Amino acid sequence: MSEFLLLRHRNQGEEDIADLDAYIRLGGFQAFKKVVTEMSSKQVIDLVKNSGLRGRGGAGFPTGMKWSFLADRFPRYVVANSDESEPGTFKDREILERNPFQFLEGLMICAYAAQANVAYNYCRGEFWMLAQELHGKVAQLHERGLLGEGIFGSDFALQIHHHLGAGAYICGEESALLESIEGKLGQPRMKPPFPADRGLYQQPTVVNNTETLANVPLIIERGADWYRSIGVAKSCGPKIMCLSGHAKNPGNYEVPLGITFRELIFGLAGGIRADRGLKAILPSGASAPILPATDAVLDTPLTYEDVPRVGSQLGSASIILLDETVDVSWAALKTTRFFKHESCGKCTPCREGTYWMDRLLERINNGRGDPADANLLGEVAKQISGKCLCPLGDFSVSAVVSGLELFRDDFVQHVRSGNQTAEKLTG
Amino acid sequence: MSLRERYPAEIEAILARYPAGEKRSAVMPLIFMAQREQGFVAGEAIDEIAQLLDISSTQVASIVGYYTLFYANAGGMHRIQICTDLPCALRGADEFAEQVCENMGVKMGETTADGHFTVEAVMCLAACDKAPMFQVQSRNGLRYYERQSADDVNELVKELCASRDGRGETVSE
Repeated sequence: MSEFLLLRHRNQGEEDIADLDAYIRLGGFQAFKKVVTEMSSKQVIDLVKNSGLRGRGGAGFPTGMKWSFLADRFPRYVVANSDESEPGTFKDREILERNPFQFLEGLMICAYAAQANVAYNYCRGEFWMLAQELHGKVAQLHERGLLGEGIFGSDFALQIHHHLGAGAYICGEESALLESIEGKLGQPRMKPPFPADRGLYQQPTVVNNTETLANVPLIIERGADWYRSIGVAKSCGPKIMCLSGHAKNPGNYEVPLGITFRELIFGLAGGIRADRGLKAILPSGASAPILPATDAVLDTPLTYEDVPRVGSQLGSASIILLDETVDVSWAALKTTRFFKHESCGKCTPCREGTYWMDRLLERINNGRGDPADANLLGEVAKQISGKCLCPLGDFSVSAVVSGLELFRDDFVQHVRSGNQTAEKLTG
Repeated sequence: MSLRERYPAEIEAILARYPAGEKRSAVMPLIFMAQREQGFVAGEAIDEIAQLLDISSTQVASIVGYYTLFYANAGGMHRIQICTDLPCALRGADEFAEQVCENMGVKMGETTADGHFTVEAVMCLAACDKAPMFQVQSRNGLRYYERQSADDVNELVKELCASRDGRGETVSE
């Protein structure tokens, strides 16, 4: 793909598309104008459905279908999820910085499709400066008549507000995010009912990730067939891959879905720092199982279907690389510490389990582990898995369970060097 | 002076973002506002926010306690918050954090004797490709500093100490 559709759309030259005049001059808001003046809400939903666009926040749920589930009640709300907090993810932030109007246009089209008159953009609190800028950009849209009452002479009215989070990973989970906007503790709700039925203020609500929304104007402009021609069958469209850790050139890489780990890591990103060997890959931040850097894994296409086939998830494509010098028990401790901090406390297995996994891993890493600790760690993980309301509990055991399975020696060696009776641990 | 006396227009603008009857939604923006005063949310501010939103002080306090960026107690005027999560740690964030602490003469989580700086380790800040990095949280809000060295931090510390009253100007949301 020779063009950038999400990070620098319409920016093939030097123009700064974060500037409203430049964005409009280059064709910006034509898609929004088209839906408001020429299309029904159902036509927009059908078009997005036909495009095959899937949610970029991690779950990969078909976006058009999500929109079509809205219950027949009003008012409805549309919420953008800009709470980007998964370790290794930094794509939404770059969209908001470099191509903010394409995201806002996507949000506006989504609001039209949902027949919502109020949209919220939930930005993580650490994006405080960015939220100030977006606030100013929304004011500019009001001045131009692109927001407010009677947009393009129609009877469609729309307001966009920003709501800042304050440092809680769990608010990226859509029902926790809605609780947070409602001024409550950001803890996940029981589902069903789903947000499409009872979302914000118990009204029908669509929640979409920032990157997902940035795709929408392209689909309106160029059509579903064009969109489906990018990527592969069930995973189509452009995707921003966030590459971090021991990559020689870490950063965001916008590519069609379906390129392989090898093409991304060794082709586009120049391989591994200091030309060391690649040991393992975390393809979806801290939240999905670790993959060994085998040929079979490296030749796996980055799609929602193929990454699970080798034992992990594409998620939001926050790809963290571990070179041959990394001790996986240390990496597991890092992810566990994250989840221990971010557990919202609602479900006991997650709240207590992440604490115990952290404690055990710290003991192992300090060389003070008991020979039985690796097994005990696996047992604690088993007690969390599948027993929590939201996916965070399952996420928290991913690196631990896969790490123990694939790189058990990394865990055992600490006990072996620090404890004479370590043979028991390996048995 | 109460928040209502100091920021009447801003409070009104915040409340206007949410539907009538859903005032409670304004609790987070109002806590951010209150935090601009002292860098933390004190008892009186909690009571006032509760009054403004017709909820209990306990409900407001629970929000302050739940979210990482809200503080119930005073810290340094500038909180240097270093990301030491896995992606940053793979690019030297732990060693960087240790060096910063040593240079500032504090342990992780502590505040310098002059009350200017607190150094903290925090979770992922969505800047993994630009490690080592940190944010500075102060009454002014939040600012990112990316691809940093310990020397860069020394320079920044000098700069912040030299700024007007050591706190910079308050910026409204």
